[in-house]
Amino acid sequence: MSWALLQLIARRLATAAVLLVVVAAGTFALIHAAPGGPFSADRAVSAEVETALAAQYRLDQPPLLQFASYLGNALRGEFGPSFKYPGREVSELIAAGLPATLELALYALLLALVVGISVGALAASRPGTLRDRLPMGAALVGICLPAFVLGPLLVLVFGVYNEWLPVSGWGELAGDKLLPTVTLAAGYAAYIARLTRAGLREQLRQPYIVTARAKGLGGAAVILKHALRGALLPVVAYLGPACAGLIAGSFVVETIFQIPGIGRFYIQAAFNRDYTLILGLTLFFATLITLFNLLADLLALWLDPRQREAL
Amino acid sequence: MSSAVHHSHSPTQLALRRFARHKLAIASAALLALLALAVACAPLIEWLLGVSANQVDLYNRLAAPSWQHPMGTDELGRDTLLRLLYGGRVSLLTGLAAAACAASIGTLIGICAGYFSGRTDTVLMRLTDSIIALPLLPLLIVLAAIDLTKLGLSAQLANSESISLYRIIVIVALTGWTTVARLVRGATLSLREREFVLAARGIGASDWVIMRRHILPNLLSPIIVAVTLSIGSVILLESVLSFLGLGIQPPLASWGNMLTNAQQLIWEAPQLAIYPGLLIFITVICFNFVGDGLQDAFDPKAEQ
Amino acid sequence: MACKMLSIRKLNSSGALCCALLAALLVAGCSGGERRVDSGTAAGVLHWGNASEPASLDPQIANGVPEQKILSALWEGLVGKHPVTLEPIPAGASHWQISDDRRTYRFHLRSDARWSNGEPVTAEDYRWAWWRALQPELGNSFATMLFPIVNAQAYWRGEIDDFSQVGVRVVDPLTLEVELSHPTGYFLQLLDMPTLYPLHRASIERHGAATARASRWSYPGNLVSNGPFQLAEWQINRRIVVAKNPHYWDAAAVALNQIIFYPTENTTTEERMFRAGQLHYSYDVPVNKMAYYASQRPAELVVAPYLGSYFYRFNTRRPELADPRVRRALARAIDRRQLTEQVLRAGQLPAYAMTPPNTAGYYPPASAEAQLSFDPAAARALLAEAGYPDGAGLGPIEILYNTQDEHRKVAVAIQQMWKQHLNVDATLQNQEWKVYLDTERRGDYQITRASWIGDYVDARNFLEIWLCDSDNNRTGWCDPQFDQLLLEQLPAATSQAERHRLLQSAEQRLLDGLPLLPIYTYTSKHLVHPDLNGYTANLLNQPLFKQLSLVRQPPALTP
Repeated sequence: MSWALLQLIARRLATAAVLLVVVAAGTFALIHAAPGGPFSADRAVSAEVETALAAQYRLDQPPLLQFASYLGNALRGEFGPSFKYPGREVSELIAAGLPATLELALYALLLALVVGISVGALAASRPGTLRDRLPMGAALVGICLPAFVLGPLLVLVFGVYNEWLPVSGWGELAGDKLLPTVTLAAGYAAYIARLTRAGLREQLRQPYIVTARAKGLGGAAVILKHALRGALLPVVAYLGPACAGLIAGSFVVETIFQIPGIGRFYIQAAFNRDYTLILGLTLFFATLITLFNLLADLLALWLDPRQREAL
Repeated sequence: MSSAVHHSHSPTQLALRRFARHKLAIASAALLALLALAVACAPLIEWLLGVSANQVDLYNRLAAPSWQHPMGTDELGRDTLLRLLYGGRVSLLTGLAAAACAASIGTLIGICAGYFSGRTDTVLMRLTDSIIALPLLPLLIVLAAIDLTKLGLSAQLANSESISLYRIIVIVALTGWTTVARLVRGATLSLREREFVLAARGIGASDWVIMRRHILPNLLSPIIVAVTLSIGSVILLESVLSFLGLGIQPPLASWGNMLTNAQQLIWEAPQLAIYPGLLIFITVICFNFVGDGLQDAFDPKAEQ
Repeated sequence: MACKMLSIRKLNSSGALCCALLAALLVAGCSGGERRVDSGTAAGVLHWGNASEPASLDPQIANGVPEQKILSALWEGLVGKHPVTLEPIPAGASHWQISDDRRTYRFHLRSDARWSNGEPVTAEDYRWAWWRALQPELGNSFATMLFPIVNAQAYWRGEIDDFSQVGVRVVDPLTLEVELSHPTGYFLQLLDMPTLYPLHRASIERHGAATARASRWSYPGNLVSNGPFQLAEWQINRRIVVAKNPHYWDAAAVALNQIIFYPTENTTTEERMFRAGQLHYSYDVPVNKMAYYASQRPAELVVAPYLGSYFYRFNTRRPELADPRVRRALARAIDRRQLTEQVLRAGQLPAYAMTPPNTAGYYPPASAEAQLSFDPAAARALLAEAGYPDGAGLGPIEILYNTQDEHRKVAVAIQQMWKQHLNVDATLQNQEWKVYLDTERRGDYQITRASWIGDYVDARNFLEIWLCDSDNNRTGWCDPQFDQLLLEQLPAATSQAERHRLLQSAEQRLLDGLPLLPIYTYTSKHLVHPDLNGYTANLLNQPLFKQLSLVRQPPALTP
């Protein structure tokens, strides 16, 4: 690992830290500006209870002080107790939902990459033929079909009419991970297929490939050994945003399939004004996405010699 | 070799000619134009039918198609055709406006980052990274809750029916510009060193003029492609948000919230889900085809 | 060319291989469609759809309906409710005596009542629990349920420091005496509310201060309860398992071995789970599936009246709504039958009063329906009388509701009815739940959508929210005579008949003043698997878990 690379990583991590503080401050300001507090309910809460609770959760202190003490605690790894779930620590709630969400996102990403790249490569190898048009048409359909339509559709076909697969849950009944993964992966697989195809077509026009071909190398060997590496650059660049999208998309899939992930908490937390839980989750996701972006950039560096030289 | 705009014969004509060869793109563009015309004519059709789009008629729920209701009525007895047309206005407007706003912000930031480079570049690109790291969904919920009058909006606007529409446009614009920014920055970085830019600088043109006159025109084609492609995804995003209850709020109709509402009636009245679903699908696919067509048309290499 | 073909196949097969691997990873020993209900019935494990992840299982903190269901399986109060009639039945207390002035209750605890750790349940456990319930820092929103007890309210407000002045006395370990500040007809009803359950002091104090909200005492391994079941497992957002409590005094009568509660937030998904044999019982039924179950599988659909009212609040502080004639005109221009049958379609009952009919034998005044029933002509006349002939000068009136599809549909329908029958324009405004609560509390509205679900079966619970200084009133309506009826005359009533008569007078005053627009009475709706025995719907939608059992039914002979 070169010095420049280390420097790059250090610089990125430093800005990430600043960024996280900014994100925390922004989120804090936003949720505190929203009307209604964590304890308001349809059944009126008496003034006595309200004062007692505000004191207990330090909501009676000035906002700046609240934020400062939150940051201080967060630096020590303490994200406070949830407002909605009084006995739970925020970190505990995240830890409980994280495995399902990450697993779902990871499986979906893998499935999307495997299917997307192979289909894209297949299509690029014979442009204009049925083998190109058919999968690319399917990919377009995949992009345009939102998960909340595809999910219930798959459930109806595979879970209700034919009781082949469970209709909900995650890791409870055999095979219950299949439908959510496919639902989440479909759109990304389709997009990756298109990116791969476009990238490959571009690469196959490059002089070095033409030379390689002229030297008598076979089509697939060219694709696998030479072109694919360059062609995957756009796919790698897409991984960062895709990761953010997968996590957001998993919220929808978690709702459809009743999956005990973080997504369901996140949306509820905002509705419930569960200040600590929203802040904790936002920081967590921001960290995760930043790291993924960094990883994607490093991967791009590894794949693309020109970018390495520019370093 | 000089920039495309400095050619003597029009590159636009060339691009148009290339685009015209793309049959699917042409068909898609025509279909989109037709859709746009139809939704633009919504008030006219409303007048012709003699019913209003938001007219509830509980005695006439889920009615079959008739002369008065060419596509039947929904679960509250409202005319499905009119709601689809008005919903289309909202969905298309959201897509167009949000994509255009995002692209404008992205272009401005990208061009500045690429042209000035150095510290400006670093700051702007870190800003881009941080925006990418923002989780969009909870932001929407919190923003939905904020008292907009406190932000200086007039009470009339803050409480208007279409506020949820503006909210989505603003949020997509504020968070969706990053792709364009990166794209534009990359292109600007290479354009900056080209002869015609160096020449303009040589004769003392200001940075602003160079960016506007010499760099921006060369960026237009990738930007247009990016906008076209992102309109579809904004329309899709709106429908996903509707599914989570964060989308465009009734009584304003959008294809997204019509589709979500209709899911409850999928057995009784599947057509109510199929129509908006199909329209979203067709629109998004068409924008994709047009985007592809434009990409090929603007890309001289595709001419082989 | 051949080479190319071959290699593409290679490319293809490597992709296929990856796919196969991934699929194997995901399916991991797929054995085909196993129906959870079948194995559940065989093992005595009830799979119960329970709406949402409980906020807490501390009976004095949890205040949601789903939490209440789980708590009722874990705990038992002094007095229970009959699952059908909701009449008081012996539970933690085997019998009790009521003094002649109906202010003193003496409860005799079962000598065989045990906590889930085997220790005996004593009168002190109740006294201490009620002390804890009255500590404001706990944030218990149901502390008011204890207020009929002498000095409870004063203690809670901090006016008294000495808990011994509160009317709860331990006579001996198995006898608890409660003194009320005035006769309270529904007091026995309150005793099976979670806030009044006994608590095991030692296990709570082992995990921190008695009044700490963030205590861990109510989590698996720590929780000690006295009901038919004990907490076995709690996987966040996944499931809560309660298992039969061997120390329960009536354990021999408990048929189920386990109940598993699932947080089924999405009713559409829940219905699919039920249909795919993953649940014995669903918390709710999607409206669009009602017709299907009613016609195709009627045995599995249970719809019953529910002790809850859906109504609109009028902000009587607004000049345009200050005139009761305007409010009555708006109320009479609504065709509730059309609303419930065409828009809501889940068996809801049109309502013409605040209190649901047959609330523990109580019916709203007989004239209520005639006074508020749908009559456009009368409504127009009232409006003209109030100075708005043909709706001129009134409106547009804004209806505020919290963002939810059903509320929107009702509002849209009412908007149309007012336009059609009164020529009054209404605009709709929806706000996210917490924002809506804030707006309503500030009184910054004209008309809001509202509902009230009964805590116990007594009309007073529905009427007391309209007291002048009630935080739940929010309309600015205040009638001293109404307050006097509820606060002074009602406690003095000596018979049930007299109580009902006084409640009717109070409700009549409320309906004369009309700060509300009654719309409908709720129904509860569930899908219930044929294997589930002993389940009967009741007004409180509260099952008696110890009575439920699972018996395999032969599959129905459907073609």
